[in-house]
Amino acid sequence: MVLQSLKNCLWLSCVLRTPKACFWSTASGGLIIQSVSNDVYQNLAVEDWIHDHMDLEKQQVLFLWRNSPAVVIGRHQNPWQECNLRLLRQKNIKLARRRSGGGTVYHDLGNINLTFFTTRKKYERMENLKLIVKALKALRPQLDVHVTDRYDILLDRQYKISGTAAKLGRTSAYHHCTLLCNADKFLLSSVLKSPFKGLKSNATPSVPALVKNLFEEDPSLTSEMLLDAIAKEYAVQHQIDHHITLINPADETLLPGISDKTKELQTWEWVYGKTPKFSVSTCLNMVYKDSILDVKVNMDVKHGRIEVCNIDLPEQWLPPGLYSELVKSLTGSKFCPNETTALVTTLLRVCPQDNELHTRWSLLCENIIRLM
Amino acid sequence: VCIHRVRSCSSIRFIKSKYVCVFDKSALKFSHQQRLFRTSAVSCGQIVQFKLSDIGEGITEVTVKEWYIKEGDTVSQFDSICEVQSDKASVTITSRYDGIIRKLHYSIDDIAFVGKPLVDIEIDASKGVASEEDVVETPPMSHEEHTHQEIKGHKTLATPAVRRLAMENNIKLSEVVGTGKDNRILKEDILNYLAKQTGAILPPSPKAEIAPPQRKAEAVLAAPKDKARKIPVPVSRPIEFAGKDKTEPVTGFQKAMVKTMSAALKIPHFGYSDEIDLTQLVQLREELKPLAEIRGVKLSFMPFFIKAASLGLLQYPILNASLDENCQNVTYKASHNIGVAMDTEQGLIVPNVKNVQVCSVFDIAVELNRLQSLGSAGQLGTSDLTGGTFTLSNIGTIGGTYAKPVILPPEVAIGALGKIQVLPRFNSKGEVFKAQIMNVSWSADHRIIDGATMARFSNLWKSYLENPASMLLDLK
Repeated sequence: MVLQSLKNCLWLSCVLRTPKACFWSTASGGLIIQSVSNDVYQNLAVEDWIHDHMDLEKQQVLFLWRNSPAVVIGRHQNPWQECNLRLLRQKNIKLARRRSGGGTVYHDLGNINLTFFTTRKKYERMENLKLIVKALKALRPQLDVHVTDRYDILLDRQYKISGTAAKLGRTSAYHHCTLLCNADKFLLSSVLKSPFKGLKSNATPSVPALVKNLFEEDPSLTSEMLLDAIAKEYAVQHQIDHHITLINPADETLLPGISDKTKELQTWEWVYGKTPKFSVSTCLNMVYKDSILDVKVNMDVKHGRIEVCNIDLPEQWLPPGLYSELVKSLTGSKFCPNETTALVTTLLRVCPQDNELHTRWSLLCENIIRLM
Repeated sequence: VCIHRVRSCSSIRFIKSKYVCVFDKSALKFSHQQRLFRTSAVSCGQIVQFKLSDIGEGITEVTVKEWYIKEGDTVSQFDSICEVQSDKASVTITSRYDGIIRKLHYSIDDIAFVGKPLVDIEIDASKGVASEEDVVETPPMSHEEHTHQEIKGHKTLATPAVRRLAMENNIKLSEVVGTGKDNRILKEDILNYLAKQTGAILPPSPKAEIAPPQRKAEAVLAAPKDKARKIPVPVSRPIEFAGKDKTEPVTGFQKAMVKTMSAALKIPHFGYSDEIDLTQLVQLREELKPLAEIRGVKLSFMPFFIKAASLGLLQYPILNASLDENCQNVTYKASHNIGVAMDTEQGLIVPNVKNVQVCSVFDIAVELNRLQSLGSAGQLGTSDLTGGTFTLSNIGTIGGTYAKPVILPPEVAIGALGKIQVLPRFNSKGEVFKAQIMNVSWSADHRIIDGATMARFSNLWKSYLENPASMLLDLK
């Protein structure tokens, strides 16, 4: 619902790129807003908020945002399958799950995000992508960019510079897409490669593609220029002023309920717990005392928790009581290295104090944790 | 005719669907009763097939990815039913009806077709109005306003949920423009109307857990126009708290804690507490903090506490021991791996600093920094969390003075440190001065540790901290 009262008194203060706490413009037809935050969770929360609360009948919205390094997976994807989680943790790259479908993307400040909000009836992805291409060509006429029927934008007919995803609700819808300006391609390809073997799942897989930065094609281009060009084209097509209103996703008065949405997007239950059911079937090759042990591990994971757990150990390698204790504890536990580490180290306290036993236990557990 | 419906509808209704059986024929005599209320739903208990509506862009099939409801669940209009995916678009399908889900036509990962049934819903026509306990008291006239609208001779329709919403907000349906089929008034129309009135953003309506008291409050006392019917006077009831208990299984880390603490219970604990004057240590730390910062390390009090404990353990090694399961043998551990209790999202985890007996205070500070940052990032490894021989728990950072810590097996002792308080104390000259006081509460395994040993250890530890210069003499 649009804040009618605010609209009236604060209209005059809404000028070009003002950081004032009002982005309800009376200009009908369209509204362009840009986030001042680079936090992926906050920005995704803004999308949710607009989708749930804004009346898009009278005005459509274009939301511009950029994130500090993050990997964003689609609504129905499997993070273990899509990216290198260990590398993410090492490099402190955030992992987020968005509410729209589609594949996995890597975000950093060299990658811009554009979200087109419309009513459900006016949802039209092709039009939006054509708008972007038009803006790019207006900025640099020599750029060879075009839209494919998979809703990608290709540069020079072979390099993907934009990926698309969408979310449809009851009355409103949004289509968002990325645009590669100057992202870290090396990091992108390494984080989006999963080392996981033996994973079986019906989660939406990503389709890998050759990528290129627009900056590589034309070094005079910057993210700001691209954002501006697209905003200008949007303004022209919606017959509104070329105003970009800045918004702060942490502003609870402007966006009531936004902090709850932001928190929800960061919970383990959302990021990992929403992974469709999958199974892991792999073999641990453990080096123990000059020999290699092949240990088959089978696990079924539902809602991010281990539903079924089978570890094929050589007989008596661990005392049977301890082995069953391990399996029992893992069942129902999160498929998460942190939780599992805390669990197995705590369990060790009630094991017989035997160095040999402790070594075996640690070896096995570390290998299992490495899977997660 | 639904006899079941009669039994459950004990409240008096003004509106009756043509098909609901009448238990009180006199109700039909009222003038407004002649205008029978028609809802979009048909008779009670009818199964309606809710079809998958058009997604747009010419899409004909989608994949069902998640169900938000299951068979037997009750849904309201606009509740989310499921999530489907089509070519990078994720769509939330919401219910068009109030009712009970009777059948799901697809399983997860099935392909669903636009225009074909998605779920079967049993429509409950009278559900939205009043529950058993409520007495809906409204003068016939105003009720009429709420429920009927005649525009150009057409009756206007609104579902029970919409009617209730209008009633709760004292909205006259006649003033609301219906945008649904046949000028039907939809929930959005009411919400839009409200937004225009208040100029405020309306939060999504909360689930009706708190509905009963609300409805009671809005129940208006009837003007006794309906003489033939007995109208009970609403009794003021205290607001009922409709919160529900929530049961969850104990899993994962929590389960492990249950096991550990149950084992700890078998240890006969005794406690010993004392007060430490940290005035000199506070001063010393202030001097050393900038030096540590230059080296890139944050220096807290813990490194001092830990080093002092290790020096004490050199004199009283039984506190750094372990008793085997059968209480037959005591193992004196050579390494002082002193654990530091940390509060994380998981709960209580205890990483330890290895071999404190050969570490300097600075070394300990470095290691603590490392463990703390790994702990908050949730990346502690198994080696960091195993092998501890003695534990200190600085509960004072959260608050508290005295505590009764629980020994973590296979250890035999633990110390809980309270917060540092500024308190008045007497010095040797009998003068009152400002002292920085901290309390320590030790717990030890009485099977192999006696009170005297614990007390002597504590005194030694205390003396090192009260007079930090004395640590220099014994530092290795």
